Amino acid sequence: MTRDEQSPVVELRDVGKRYGDGPLILDRVSFTAARGDFVAIIGPSGCGKSTILKLICGLNPVTSGSIMVDGLEPSKALEKLAFVFQEPTLLPWLDVVRNVEVPLRLHHSDASGRAEVVRRALSLVRLADRGDFYPRQLSGGQKMRVSIARALSVSPSILLLDEPFGALDEMTRDHLNEELLAIRQEFAWTAFFVTHSVAEAVFLSNRILVLAANPGRVHDEIQVGLPYPRTAETRQSQDYQRLVAQVSGILRSVENLKA
Amino acid sequence: MSARTKAPLRRILSNLLPFATGVGMILAWYAVCMGLSPDQRFLLPTPHEVLRAFFDKGPTLWLATLQTGTGAILGFGFAVLLSFAMGLFLSLSPLVRASFYPYLMILQMTPIIVIAPILILWVGPGLKSVTIITFLICFFPMVVNTTQGLISTDHNLVDLFRMYRATRFQEIFLLRVPAAQPYFFTGLRIGATLAPIGAIVGDYIAGNSANGQGGLGYLTIIYSSQFQMGALFATAAVGCVLGFIFVAGVMALSWLALHKWHDSFSRTDT
Repeated sequence: MTRDEQSPVVELRDVGKRYGDGPLILDRVSFTAARGDFVAIIGPSGCGKSTILKLICGLNPVTSGSIMVDGLEPSKALEKLAFVFQEPTLLPWLDVVRNVEVPLRLHHSDASGRAEVVRRALSLVRLADRGDFYPRQLSGGQKMRVSIARALSVSPSILLLDEPFGALDEMTRDHLNEELLAIRQEFAWTAFFVTHSVAEAVFLSNRILVLAANPGRVHDEIQVGLPYPRTAETRQSQDYQRLVAQVSGILRSVENLKA
Repeated sequence: MSARTKAPLRRILSNLLPFATGVGMILAWYAVCMGLSPDQRFLLPTPHEVLRAFFDKGPTLWLATLQTGTGAILGFGFAVLLSFAMGLFLSLSPLVRASFYPYLMILQMTPIIVIAPILILWVGPGLKSVTIITFLICFFPMVVNTTQGLISTDHNLVDLFRMYRATRFQEIFLLRVPAAQPYFFTGLRIGATLAPIGAIVGDYIAGNSANGQGGLGYLTIIYSSQFQMGALFATAAVGCVLGFIFVAGVMALSWLALHKWHDSFSRTDT
């Protein structure tokens, strides 16, 4: 954790990926993320957005090229990473507290410290009073919050989020985006956030990677200069709206490329 | 929700109806008894004759029920333990399933009536044979359900566990086994309906025990050879009660395990 602030936390070099004999999913994808970067990844469906996250966390191996996470191979850097899936992926037979504990239990962390970590993670997502609820008693937004608390419980320095709010209504999604940034103010993890929503990408990130499809490759990168902390008011600003329009334009041109 | 909006009259009616149906059926039973010609009357005992048989044969029925109940519990218990172990084994890989399922099918397809004489020669008639027959009848559906449950775990949850580098042991016992509970209890319910039947059938064909204490199946042989129709009906009723106890027990267990989290026990007011 004492590494140079400027050195890349995550580095992809000419990464290629195909599953078995299937088509090329990713073609020579290269980019680096510095500590504290919030990188949004957008692109047409089938451009391998989610695949990139799965490669960074070592769930799948790369076919060619290399990925370094904090100077290590992804599979060796696991304790630095946490993943938030598209679905809440909660264990329905466990209450909220024990769901958040799952990664800690899998890593055999000592039980006495766990309760405090879980309590803190749940209060960050404002669910401290729902600890003994079961997933089916929660709303979609609350389930997603539990899922985020579970990711935070391992104190990650890198957070990978795969369209976590895609299934939620717009109001809930906006709230959760604001909460996510508020939590980040405190912890400053490096984040990779895959999304379909341009507005969400602009609101959250300081860098947006636009991917093109067939095969997936980096098409463009946009710097988002809006200052943090960002709040609901940020969405009213002209800079924000101009950026959304600009990125939407780029995304449209990428989608036309495909055809 | 819907019960509250119904008129009170309808609610009272829907509570009374099952009771009224029961009374109606007993009356119909009497009517059939009256309608029989005197030389046929022995074929169908009246309800009160069945009730009398209960009291006359009380101690015998009770001991036979204990005997059959023991066989049912032992056979069912072994089936639960071994089907769980077998389910775990079969869930390991498709290759394992492909190599062993066909032979389990053979076990299931072989009629019990053919296996029974072999068992009698091997372990002798009585409780041992009854237990094994009960086991054989319960085992297969429970293995199938447990295995299906263990291999049906939500793929995203498996990914989650792999992401956090769960060991194979953790993946099985912290994820696959608890996730399989609804399937497991479905198998248990099927087994619970089969176990008492299996024990009675087993007793009927292999219960002729040397110490003279037979179960309910053995009693039916004796009562039918003596044309004791009331006692036969009483024996059938006892078997029915035994079945209900088994199913109720398993339902209670599955409620304990599932009601907090599983949708099959969801409350309408949440």
